[in-house]
Amino acid sequence: MTTVATDVAAVSTLRMADDCLVLSHRLAQWSSRAPSLEDDVALTNIALDELGQARALYVRTAELDGTGRSEDDYAFLRDEREFVNCQLVEQENGDFATTIVRQLLFTTYQHAQWRALVGSPDEQVAAIAAKAIKEATYHRHHAVDWTLRLGDGTEESHRRMETALAALWPFTAELFEVDDLTADLVATGVAADPAVLRGEWEPFVEGVLHEATLTRPEVTWAPSGGRRGLHTECFGYMLTEMQHLHRSHPGVSW
Amino acid sequence: MTRIDAVRRLAAGVPDPELPALTIEDLGILRDVRAEATGGIVVDITPTYSGCPAMEAIRQDVERAVRDGGFDDVSVRVVMSPAWTTDWVSEAGRQKLREYGIAPPRGPVADVQLLQLAIVCPLCGSARTSEVTHFGSTQCQAVRRCSECGETFPHFKEH
Repeated sequence: MTTVATDVAAVSTLRMADDCLVLSHRLAQWSSRAPSLEDDVALTNIALDELGQARALYVRTAELDGTGRSEDDYAFLRDEREFVNCQLVEQENGDFATTIVRQLLFTTYQHAQWRALVGSPDEQVAAIAAKAIKEATYHRHHAVDWTLRLGDGTEESHRRMETALAALWPFTAELFEVDDLTADLVATGVAADPAVLRGEWEPFVEGVLHEATLTRPEVTWAPSGGRRGLHTECFGYMLTEMQHLHRSHPGVSW
Repeated sequence: MTRIDAVRRLAAGVPDPELPALTIEDLGILRDVRAEATGGIVVDITPTYSGCPAMEAIRQDVERAVRDGGFDDVSVRVVMSPAWTTDWVSEAGRQKLREYGIAPPRGPVADVQLLQLAIVCPLCGSARTSEVTHFGSTQCQAVRRCSECGETFPHFKEH
C-alpha cells in the first residue's frame, strides 16, 4: 500500500472535523428552542457528540499538517473560505422538519463514513471512528424516528417534511463528490470511498423516505464548493456568531 | 504498596463529576496506571462519549488527587482507543447506579442486543418500562417511564 503525504491526509481530517463542528453549532442553536424538552436535550446531546468528534479530528489534523495549531485556532480563527465543510451542514435550522431532514441526510452519510474509517490505516482516525460510530448510530436512529413520525404524521407535518426535502436534497450531491484529493486518499484508505458511501447512503435514505410516505425529490441542480471553501450565504452569519466571543477576547479561557 | 499501586488507588477514588456516587474506576473511565522509562507515572483515562464535557474536570481531579497524595511526577492522558463501553462499568458501579436511582446497563452490550432484556425500574423493580427519550441529562443516559409506579427514571444505556 502506498502512503499519502501527511498534509494531504490532513485535508481529509479537516473536512470531517469542519463537518462535525459546523453541524454541532447549528444543533446547539436549538438549545432552549426545540419543540419539546426531550428534543431540546436530544439535539444538544447530538451537538455535544459532534463537537467531541470535531475536537479529536482537529487535534489529529494539527499533527498531520504540522502547523501545531490548537483546536481553538481551527474553530475560531479561520475565515469562511478556510472552512472545508460540506454545504449541507451549514444550512439554517429552519423549522423542526428542516433540521430533521438535514439530520437524516447527513447522519446517514456520517454513519457510513465512520464505519468505513474504523479500518483506517491511520490508527488515530480509526480510534476516533470506532468511538464515533456508536454515537452516529444514536443520531441516525433519532433522525429516522422523527422522519417516520413527521412524514407519516399529519398533513401539515408531511407537507413540511416534503418542503425540507426539496430544499436540502440538492446539497447531498456534494457528499459524494470526487476530486483529485479524494482519489489519492481513497487509494490509500485514508478517506472513505464516496462511491461506497453512496452505496450505503442511498438505499438507506430511500427506505426511510418510503416508509415515511415521503418521495425523493426530483433534483434539478447540485450546488458544490464547500470542500474548496465556497459556502452559502448563511454560513458567514453563523461563523460570526460562533467566533464572536473568541475574536473579541483573544486568548480568553473559562 | 508500590508507587504504581498507591497512585492507582488515589486515582481510582476520584468521583465522577456528573455521577458523584460513582468513582471513575466504577465507570471504567480509569484505564491504566503505569511507570514510564523516565520514572514518571502515567494515568490513562478515557471519555464515555467523544464530547463528554466532564473529561477536563476528571483530568484535573485526578491530577489533584495524586498530587495531594504526595506524587508530583504524574501525568494524566486522555486516550480514545479502545472505545469505552458500558461493559467496563463494574459490578459495584452497577449496584451504586441502581441505588442512585439509575437503571444500570443490563449486561454485556452483545447480549443486550441479542436477548432484548427488560430494563427494570430502579424505584419499584417493575419490568414494565418504556423509553421516553434516548437522550437524557448526560450523553450516557436515556430517560424511561415506569408503567407500574408512574415515575420517570434515567437508564445508563448500553453502549
